[in-house]
Amino acid sequence: MHARFPFRAGRALLATLAAATLAACGGAPGAAPRGRSSAITDIGSDTIVNLALAWAEAYAKVQPAARISVTGGGSGTGINSLINGSADIANASRQMTAGEIAAAKERGISPREVVIARDAIAVIVHKSNPVSRLTIEQLAAIFSGRIDNWSEVGGEDRPIVRLSREVNSGTHVYFLEAVLRGGRKGDKTLFSADTLLLPSSEGVIAEATDNPNAIGYDGLGYVTPDVKVIAVSGDGGRTFVVPAAATVIDRTYPIARDLYMYVRADAPPQVGAYIDWILSPEAQRLVRSLGFVPIH
Amino acid sequence: MARSRKPSELVIEALVKASGWSAVVFVLLIFLFLLREGLPTFAEVKLGSLFGLRWYPIEGHFGLVPLVWGSIIVTLGAALIAVPLGVAAALFIAEVAPRWLRELLKPLVEVLAGLPSVVLGFLGVVALAPLVRTSLGVPTGLTTLTGSILLALMALPTIVSVAEDALDAVPKSFRVGSLALGATRWQTIWRTTLPAARSGVLTATMLGIGRAIGETMAVMMVTGNAPQLLLAPRALWSPSRSMTATIAAEMGEVAKGSTHYHVLFTVGLALFLISFGVNIAASSMLFKSRGGGGRMLS
Repeated sequence: MHARFPFRAGRALLATLAAATLAACGGAPGAAPRGRSSAITDIGSDTIVNLALAWAEAYAKVQPAARISVTGGGSGTGINSLINGSADIANASRQMTAGEIAAAKERGISPREVVIARDAIAVIVHKSNPVSRLTIEQLAAIFSGRIDNWSEVGGEDRPIVRLSREVNSGTHVYFLEAVLRGGRKGDKTLFSADTLLLPSSEGVIAEATDNPNAIGYDGLGYVTPDVKVIAVSGDGGRTFVVPAAATVIDRTYPIARDLYMYVRADAPPQVGAYIDWILSPEAQRLVRSLGFVPIH
Repeated sequence: MARSRKPSELVIEALVKASGWSAVVFVLLIFLFLLREGLPTFAEVKLGSLFGLRWYPIEGHFGLVPLVWGSIIVTLGAALIAVPLGVAAALFIAEVAPRWLRELLKPLVEVLAGLPSVVLGFLGVVALAPLVRTSLGVPTGLTTLTGSILLALMALPTIVSVAEDALDAVPKSFRVGSLALGATRWQTIWRTTLPAARSGVLTATMLGIGRAIGETMAVMMVTGNAPQLLLAPRALWSPSRSMTATIAAEMGEVAKGSTHYHVLFTVGLALFLISFGVNIAASSMLFKSRGGGGRMLS
């Protein structure tokens, strides 16, 4: 399975550092969760890793006895670690698949899903671009290569330069499924072959800042004031919504996803206490400071 | 009569021998590892689809053609820029420049070699790409040409210093003889010195190209990484995706043992064979020149 993984600014580095720390400690599968009662192992999505680290740090002040080790590696890695017993918490930017749930049940683990935050994906263009709103259908046509010129969507007569994250990024996969394929199962639409696949968030933002032909997408938390954010319509053009904390919470902005933590239903009490704390208003305040959207 | 050899001497000799062989052994081991991880591809993916025109690995499109083509175009572009510039610079340093300037230029060229490629890549993104876009009037500045220019900068130090060594090794009598026959300075350089150093200059070119084709970071940052297949002149000012950038961008997140993982090793294998071929070509020229008359670079 692919470890889907948005290569976000700075997070990648942290994820690597965290992974290195784990490797140095000899993260033997199955050793951590049962051995020491106070240590919680938290593995998974690189989208979430900074948030998880911030939570672990803040929780150390609330509950000095708790020890939480956070590692990146991707949603798939985290879920696999939960299934084989080497993680207490799996961070995931997507839901577990039916196959993964079956594999967990086979090992006597029934996973519990907790939505810990929401993440909006903003569509961005150059500041000077007169286009300020697009429907999901127009975005799908642009990114799959059916629309090649800005004049076809009410802009200037300019070629469209499509910017995307690398194919292994969870954000790329989410955008492909939710926008290009409109959530339809079995739809085989792909990104246009001339889509620029940039290795980092900075790459996408830098090109959209500099190039008046560009259109790209990125997590809301990474958008800078140097680019223009497009209002998106998910209902065929009746209402256009700009991504913001409020429109993500009331679910009117169409390109937003939940971020998850998975724990085993029979998790030790300190894991349950940690999850409860994460859902508390105090922990959710950290969510906003990292550019995500709190669940309430 | 041969002196009886001390045991320490034997040990040292064995160590020297071992370190000499170790380079060969390492290359062989790397090759075997690439084979072990890459060969399962041919069982998992049909040969026809490896020659496909679409690279989209998360949906099972494993066409390598756009990646190989991307690497070829970006390297050829770099060679077109770096070889004339590098040879001209070497000629200037070796033949024209006064001694004090030569002493200044040689180390400066070597400083260029020490620049980390990520720094060049960053300069490429913030300075070169916007320049390419506005001056050529292309939709985006993240193009093959941008990558070629950066690669040329990286290959230049190798080309200049190896070619300069080769020119330096041409016996002084050649130049003196040529000048004595009434040739001008330019005729001497172009008709006598450069042909005499021909094989060394070719080696320099090959080593420079070898450096360019294996470069990753700068290429990944500025070529746009779009795995598209376009004809030669247009491909130069459009985005492209090289083999090295593909491996670097995707290897970190791929599940070990998956088809995608094996295909990435096949890409690595292809890259290994290409740079091996370039190096073989370079050293065969070196050997040929040794067999011939002229002295060669050290």
